[in-house]
Amino acid sequence: MNRAIVIGLEVHIQLATQTKIFSGSSTKFGTKENSQASPVDLALPGTLPVINIEAINQALIFGLSTGSKINSRNVFARKNYFYPDLPKGYQITQHHAPILIGGEIPIERADGSTKTIRIHHSHLEEDAGKSIHSLQGKTGIDLNRAGQPLLEVVSMPDMYSVEDAIAYLKKLHHLVMYIGICDGNMQEGSFRCDANISLRADESAPFGTRVEIKNLNSFKFIEKALKYEIKRQNLQLDKNEPITQETRLYNEATEQTRSMRKKEDSHDYRYFSEPDLPTLIIDDKYIESFKNKMPELPAARVERYINTYELSEYDAKVLVSQRDIANYFDSVINTNSSLSPKLVANWIIGQLLSLINKAQIQFIDCPVPFSDFCVLIDRIQSNEISQTAGKTVLEQLWAQQGSVDDIISKNNLSQISDPDVLNNMIDEVIANSQSQYEAYMSGKTKLFGYFVGQVMKASHGKANPKLLNELLTKKLGNPV
Amino acid sequence: MLFNKSISQIHDMLVNREISATELTKYYLKRINHYDKQLQSFIHLDEDKALEYALKAEQMFADNSYTPLTGIPVGMKDLFVTKDMPTTCGSKMLKGYMSPFNSTLVERFLSAGGVMVGKNNMDEFAMGSSNETSYYGECRNPWNTEYVPGGSSGGSASCVAARIATASIGTDTGGSIRQPASFCGVTGIKPTYGRISRYGMVAFASSLDQAGPIAPSAEDCAILLNHLSGFDKMDSTSSRMEKPDFTSGLNKSLEGLTIGIPEEFFSDQLDKRCAALIDEAKKELTALGAQFRSIHLPNLKYSVATYYVIAPCEASSNLSRFDGVRYGHRSEQSETLEEMYVNSRTEGFGEEVKRRIIVGTFALSSGYYDDYYQKAQKIRQVIRNDYLTAFRDVDVILCPSTPGTAFKIGEKIDDPISMYLADIFTISANLAGLPALSMPIGFIDELPYGLQLVGDRFCEKQLLQVAHQYQQVTQWHNKHPEEFGEIA
Repeated sequence: MNRAIVIGLEVHIQLATQTKIFSGSSTKFGTKENSQASPVDLALPGTLPVINIEAINQALIFGLSTGSKINSRNVFARKNYFYPDLPKGYQITQHHAPILIGGEIPIERADGSTKTIRIHHSHLEEDAGKSIHSLQGKTGIDLNRAGQPLLEVVSMPDMYSVEDAIAYLKKLHHLVMYIGICDGNMQEGSFRCDANISLRADESAPFGTRVEIKNLNSFKFIEKALKYEIKRQNLQLDKNEPITQETRLYNEATEQTRSMRKKEDSHDYRYFSEPDLPTLIIDDKYIESFKNKMPELPAARVERYINTYELSEYDAKVLVSQRDIANYFDSVINTNSSLSPKLVANWIIGQLLSLINKAQIQFIDCPVPFSDFCVLIDRIQSNEISQTAGKTVLEQLWAQQGSVDDIISKNNLSQISDPDVLNNMIDEVIANSQSQYEAYMSGKTKLFGYFVGQVMKASHGKANPKLLNELLTKKLGNPV
Repeated sequence: MLFNKSISQIHDMLVNREISATELTKYYLKRINHYDKQLQSFIHLDEDKALEYALKAEQMFADNSYTPLTGIPVGMKDLFVTKDMPTTCGSKMLKGYMSPFNSTLVERFLSAGGVMVGKNNMDEFAMGSSNETSYYGECRNPWNTEYVPGGSSGGSASCVAARIATASIGTDTGGSIRQPASFCGVTGIKPTYGRISRYGMVAFASSLDQAGPIAPSAEDCAILLNHLSGFDKMDSTSSRMEKPDFTSGLNKSLEGLTIGIPEEFFSDQLDKRCAALIDEAKKELTALGAQFRSIHLPNLKYSVATYYVIAPCEASSNLSRFDGVRYGHRSEQSETLEEMYVNSRTEGFGEEVKRRIIVGTFALSSGYYDDYYQKAQKIRQVIRNDYLTAFRDVDVILCPSTPGTAFKIGEKIDDPISMYLADIFTISANLAGLPALSMPIGFIDELPYGLQLVGDRFCEKQLLQVAHQYQQVTQWHNKHPEEFGEIA
């Protein structure tokens, strides 16, 4: 039986703040265990949380990017449970009054169709620490992660296929990196997902019993876990066995999910409002001040590139795939508005990005400053150098070999664009190739290329190809 | 007698080099060593550290950087974490616990040049009204050592009453400064919620906890408040209100001041002899120019019930961190994580603490939250509104601090409800976040009895003014138990 799938996702986005959400400890990843655990993070007696306003700001940017309603009265809550890596015995989170309500993420499918996935709400909370079980029978606690700021984005159950779920996650992943609130590093846990999934007879039937799969941290695992879970639930329903509401864990090795806890075993978290933090009021003035500081969002930017610069949709999307690339593009165009946007885009996408990929670095670490890149494109566009020479210049710019013009002169890369000089060369070539000339004049026009090649050779490859073509056509005329 | 001098008198002696900070500290350490065996008002005494602080005070006098607190020997309730001395909160759970940092209040006290002589006994985690729940032994009332000093800041009130410290800093969640102050015949003030930073004060009930001084007189309290209060960026609930000079205005006349008398507090149930003492005090205040006016606080009757929902709820969560994982008591008898939690907490906490954790956990459980915690929060707002309305008509509210004088050790320890009722007059000020002060107004059967003044938010100065004016024409605050006289 082919049942309809319903998926809702809860994504934990680790915000890109310098310090933790309630303490001044650094949020840097990968440092020595507990080296970033202050008295507050250790929950030493007498310590109190203080909200990091940067976490609020980043949540606001996300809210404004997704059309969420911003809650003016923010109340934090305590979620109480005992676990060794939860130092206070409670997690500070938001319960009844999340910072963001609603919002949406539009997705596009492979077949070009689109759908809007609604966000139920997004709330701020602190991360827990980590238990380290690999210590020969003992368990260690690392509290470096304890207190890292998280924005939990809870979707509506709007995804009706695994493909839609993955598309939503990828779109969200791109957005949060683009707006600069998350480094997006899934291996380091900066972007993790809990998936709720249920089956029903068809899309008009009421929702079935849902199962939650916890802590998925790669697109591949999410896809595999969802597919496995759909298969498992289908088989169970085929056998007329009901689905149990439960939390399951995905095992990457066996590619299966297994039960972690049933609903009746779930904690009673005893939520109540956090008395150590007063209600945080976010007024309209504060929100307005953010609207002016908001980055241009990906969709608008793609549109602008297509409409203003007449770029192809493909090129526009590649440029906007990372904010740093798009910013680079804009900087080049803004520095020299006479440059052809299409040429700039081609050189970024075709040449610069392949160097970036080959070097396996982030675009932000690109060693070629946009000002140099701008000069390079100008020299190509004005035919001062050929496309081929341009590639040589770019490679040397990458290797920090000097400025564009230094590289051109040092390597003698300027094109010959003087018609007189080129005409002289053409005359000389014709004089030395009488048999070919006669053959051409008698109708073997395919020999045009031969003459181009000979002039190029004579000019050591520096003849301006476009001009050469023109002059040669004129000189040879139309045979017969 | 040196021990009966006020902080400002001692300060003058220090400034005039009539005594050095070291001599003064040694004098009080001698008194503590001599008398505290019978009182047990200190859990931890550190003579070396105290003398170190005294030396620092002397330096401040030498380079003219002293404050009115420099060199003054004071006790500190063992609920404030201290870098130099252990902090136990009166619990086995934190036996020997050393904090890597000072609480903001201690830091401010020490940087003013104050001399912290030791850590005062208290009810375990500030839960109790008799100091009998302390793991380190019950503290005793210097007026009669068969009697409790009150609680939870029992050690603080007891050491001040016996004049073995000039003052002590206590905390008050439901009356823990004012009730022992009343039982011990000293003056204590719980400031407005948010006036003094709670950073480094081990939390009992975060929305109710507030630190404050206990000293013989209102003037002493005002001097201490000057150096303890003020905004702290480490405590988001501390107030950004500008800190006044609490000593200014002490000498202002009470002429034109209106004092409200809440009828609900003066029912027939109030002990006749307590009522008579209060009437005497009212006469004094009338003579000083104050006017009295009857007021109503109709929802006051719900305050004890409300408090005993909210405080345990917050406590059950606040005390979750004592799990034996990172610090504090860890049971040796555990095989599994679950056992480690259960055994560590079972062994580390005393009965009253466990009772409140269980009550709070229950009241926050799903299915009960709305009936208990939620409802209590609503009533709390109603009680707050009662006060708000009252302060439209009056400047200060006068009522008893306690239903009677100190009770005998052991008398109520097995009867939690009657113990909880010892706080019946003090709790509502915590629920409403208002400043409140208790001052001695006389004796019943040779035990002191106190009167409570409640003020509007951030109006501590008015309370201190009324108390100080009263203390200018009476001597109750200067009375001290004779057995604790000068040591030969």
